[in-house]
Amino acid sequence: MSYIILRHRDIADIDQLNVYKKNDGFAAFKNAVTKMSPTQVTDVVKNSGLRGRGGAGFPTGMKWSFIDNKNWPHYVVANADESEPGTFKDREIMEGNPFQFLEGVAISSYAIGANAAYIYLRGEFWQLAAFLDEKIAEMEEAGYLGDKLFGGEYSLRMYTHLGAGAYICGEETALLESLEGKRGQPRVRPPFPPSYGLYGKPTVINNVETFANVPMILANGADWYKSMGTTDSAGVKVFSLSGRVRKPGNYELPFGATFRELIYTYGGGVQDSRSVKAIMAAGASSSLILIDNEKVLDTPMDYATVRTLGADLGSASVIVIDDTVSMDWLVNKTIHFFRHESCGKCTPCREGTYWMSNIIERIHSGQGTTGDVDLLLNVAKQMQGKCLCALGEFSTMAVVSGIERFSQDFKKAVTPAPPLYVMQNEGMEKA
Amino acid sequence: MSLEKKYPKEVKQILSKYPPEHKRSAVMPLLYLAQSEEGYLTKAAMQDVAKIVGITETDIAALVGFYTLYHDKKEGKYRMQVCTDLPCALRGAEEFMEALCGNLGIKVGETTPDGFVTVEAVTCLAACDKAPMFQTQGPDGIKYHENMTVDRTMELISVLRRSGREVEQ
Repeated sequence: MSYIILRHRDIADIDQLNVYKKNDGFAAFKNAVTKMSPTQVTDVVKNSGLRGRGGAGFPTGMKWSFIDNKNWPHYVVANADESEPGTFKDREIMEGNPFQFLEGVAISSYAIGANAAYIYLRGEFWQLAAFLDEKIAEMEEAGYLGDKLFGGEYSLRMYTHLGAGAYICGEETALLESLEGKRGQPRVRPPFPPSYGLYGKPTVINNVETFANVPMILANGADWYKSMGTTDSAGVKVFSLSGRVRKPGNYELPFGATFRELIYTYGGGVQDSRSVKAIMAAGASSSLILIDNEKVLDTPMDYATVRTLGADLGSASVIVIDDTVSMDWLVNKTIHFFRHESCGKCTPCREGTYWMSNIIERIHSGQGTTGDVDLLLNVAKQMQGKCLCALGEFSTMAVVSGIERFSQDFKKAVTPAPPLYVMQNEGMEKA
Repeated sequence: MSLEKKYPKEVKQILSKYPPEHKRSAVMPLLYLAQSEEGYLTKAAMQDVAKIVGITETDIAALVGFYTLYHDKKEGKYRMQVCTDLPCALRGAEEFMEALCGNLGIKVGETTPDGFVTVEAVTCLAACDKAPMFQTQGPDGIKYHENMTVDRTMELISVLRRSGREVEQ
């Protein structure tokens, strides 16, 4: 099967405008602007079953249809803040097949009537932003961006915007705050961006990979797209495979491919021929999937089925953990990450990640007791359902699933006694 | 000299990206521009940016403190920001970091005595399949270095020392 998203692997130099054009590039955008109404475009995307690729899996066409048409102007924002540990697909898409992504942004802009689109890239993608600026300039020169496109009334401009190192800016309302020149801290929702987005105006925000799907869907039709994947999750997905595998990398597969296919057929199996102990399917935000029998590896990867394992597929960043890894080490890593990235706006996340990191460090350094493990679980569970955005929630996933599903690892790491001075060092009363 | 006087073209180009009534959006690219001068944001540079976008110096300080790629202290000319997050750690990033620091004779977060390189541990850089990896933040912006070994890193540092700038590898 030929690639749908990672087409640069099939077609050399597709990052060159003339090559992209020769391969039907911008035909879908031109057709949409000259022959379709915005609603018709949205309907095709809706019928294709495309779901957002940033992690939440929200139906894309439905999101577009929520746009508030009583309040103008409208904006489109591409979320290129790719920062989830284990995720590196958007970068490859933008580097390898930039025009398909940009065409998707353009089609989406037409569908919601936006005349300006911003591409928010994480600050580390400094070189990539310069590269995209060149591509945008080429599109302007070729008449795919600018005023009165294709001889009609529709106008569109596109701009890149660099973040400056903050995981939280991948959260869409934090991203908007950042784009407005403020600290990237999430907004209280509702209202959601389709009614109150950039500068308080109706805004559609989608992930890079989501946009990259759109030109292909418009060109080949909703039924074609739906014919791939599963009933729950239509189409193809770029899976980022990392961790203890022989061939880490991005693999474009239809939804419904199994973990086994991804890890063994494509990823070359586990390093040193060890066995898989756990899988994190959604990067560091994942619950740990316990591989206690071989059958778990045969689980099809789509949003609904992965949920039956007590986890989420998220952005499909599959981190493979082998049997040499102890979960207290792993949980120490993930908590450290979230403590660093917590934006500090809401108390449960700011304080919770701080205390969790103190406790796990005690456990991991061999100074913890069984009471510490209970305390850690307790703090994590108290955070759940109380944070302002998903980041706080995510920080507890590996903690709770780690302790509940790999209790042996934690038992081994601590001495079997209750904590006498629970938070003594931090100035708390004797327990 | 003020930022606007020194880089009139760049400042104008940055401001043109955003609606005139939302000038504040330009603050992040302007901070990058200001930082390119000294490798960190001086008080004067922050005042400059505040004036251009019409916000207070306190607002600017809040941003500089929030985002990790802005710096308010002078460190090494090049910052080597090594990802030691979970996926990279599963591929040897921690061992790489330890060996690199050993070779340079510094600890994580420290700068070499000649003020050339600061080694920092950072969170995910979206290159998990190419660990060990780091980015350099320096006078030439930010660059990725992937599938690295300590030997190749030391070589990179000596090339940087000789040429004074990043060259394509």
